Amino acid sequence: MPAWSLTAEAAGSIAIQTGWPERMTKEWALDDATGEGINVCILDSGVDGDHPLVGGVESAVAVTLDGDVTSIVQDELGDVCGHGTACAGIVRSLAPACRLHSVRVLGQGNTGSAELILGGLRYAIGEGFEVVNLSLSTTKRRFAELLHELADDAYFRGTMLVASAHNMPVESYPWRFSSVISVGSHEGTDSREWYANPDPPVEFFARGIDLDVAWCGGGTLRCTGNSFAAPHISGLSALVLSKHPGLTPFQLKSVLYLTASNTGGTR
Amino acid sequence: MTDESSYREAVAAGMLPSEQSHLALLQSIADVARAIFGAKAASIMLLDSATDELVFEAVSGYGEGDLIGMRFPSSTGIAGWVLVTGQPIVIDDLQQDPRFDRQAAQRTRYVPKALMAVPLVNGESTLGVLQVLDRSDERAFSLGEVDLLILFANQAAIGLDLMQTARRVCAVAERSESAVAVVARIAELLERSEDEIASLRLLEALETVLSRLAS
Repeated sequence: MPAWSLTAEAAGSIAIQTGWPERMTKEWALDDATGEGINVCILDSGVDGDHPLVGGVESAVAVTLDGDVTSIVQDELGDVCGHGTACAGIVRSLAPACRLHSVRVLGQGNTGSAELILGGLRYAIGEGFEVVNLSLSTTKRRFAELLHELADDAYFRGTMLVASAHNMPVESYPWRFSSVISVGSHEGTDSREWYANPDPPVEFFARGIDLDVAWCGGGTLRCTGNSFAAPHISGLSALVLSKHPGLTPFQLKSVLYLTASNTGGTR
Repeated sequence: MTDESSYREAVAAGMLPSEQSHLALLQSIADVARAIFGAKAASIMLLDSATDELVFEAVSGYGEGDLIGMRFPSSTGIAGWVLVTGQPIVIDDLQQDPRFDRQAAQRTRYVPKALMAVPLVNGESTLGVLQVLDRSDERAFSLGEVDLLILFANQAAIGLDLMQTARRVCAVAERSESAVAVVARIAELLERSEDEIASLRLLEALETVLSRLAS
């Protein structure tokens, strides 16, 4: 037998019980779900856990860079921009009972930013967070291979990476990888509506325009951008996973595909 | 760059449009961006990787004239986030945010209410940020307008890349005492000369002398 093969005897012992209905619906996927028990990591500029729309974070760390070595330290600085708080608030609005974690990869300037993203992602995957929101990307090709390996590692370890797509004609990562969910914006105003894209690499469209989002200092801002569409899919993923624990990233992506507004999923 | 290729580029740089021309191109992009979006201001900031700072290279509207050269840490506020994450963003009601790089905004003597910011990406490098601030009729910026600004951003990124290359090769030429570097400096001086016919005659005379020396 070649390696990674399935013997005839073993075939009967690996039955997978999905319990999926014949016709997948949004009700089956989401209704009454709260995100309870699901860990959602915001890899961004930090999160203001005291913001009323964020409602607290379970943990907050920062990635630091010394030479070419990254370290994880407790985050003393909070949100250095406001963007991470905005993403956390969007996830919380959809999945009120999820556990939010902040991994800050910004604040040390532009130099070494790709190393910080890699260091933060490695930490988040190691922690076993079920969902990691990445409303960011890097254009540096020499980091693409490492990022790709991490994304595939996450995929098989049960961590769903949700990355905002670049809406510029440039090569950037990790949103282009098939092991992540890449998200662009639709122009609707329903936060629980999403579309599957028949023409990837952008796989889904979620709400991303004219959003009132949490920002530093307890206030809100009206924002537009793909980076706000990604946390919608992160929040919806947390709902699906809390209602149907143990789904693999492959299964989760399939559920989101089958229940998207343009693939016959009823609302 | 090797010395030889540096010199060759330095000579070429002497023949390329001057830095003033590049700055004029960037200024033009900022002016057009501001005009198309009916905005009160537009600016182009370039990353100075030696100091890890964002530097104002072109400003149209509010701040025009006295912002050029002003520097901020590259991770400051929204422009810093756009630079580091490479993602475009639109924000309205900025004044609601007490921590929006207000200090930086006040240094510029203009605190915007709304902005659109896109990264200037050329190949693998994020060179800076293009911002459009406030529109006169106070309508929100739309997703389609971000796409339009991105088209401008690509143009600005090409301009910035050319300018940075010219700066690098000029620095090489200024430092060097080799014969080729001297030729580059002569080429630059001739480029600056307003009397093109006299410059051309001088070059022809120089070529004649050099060919006689060589033979």
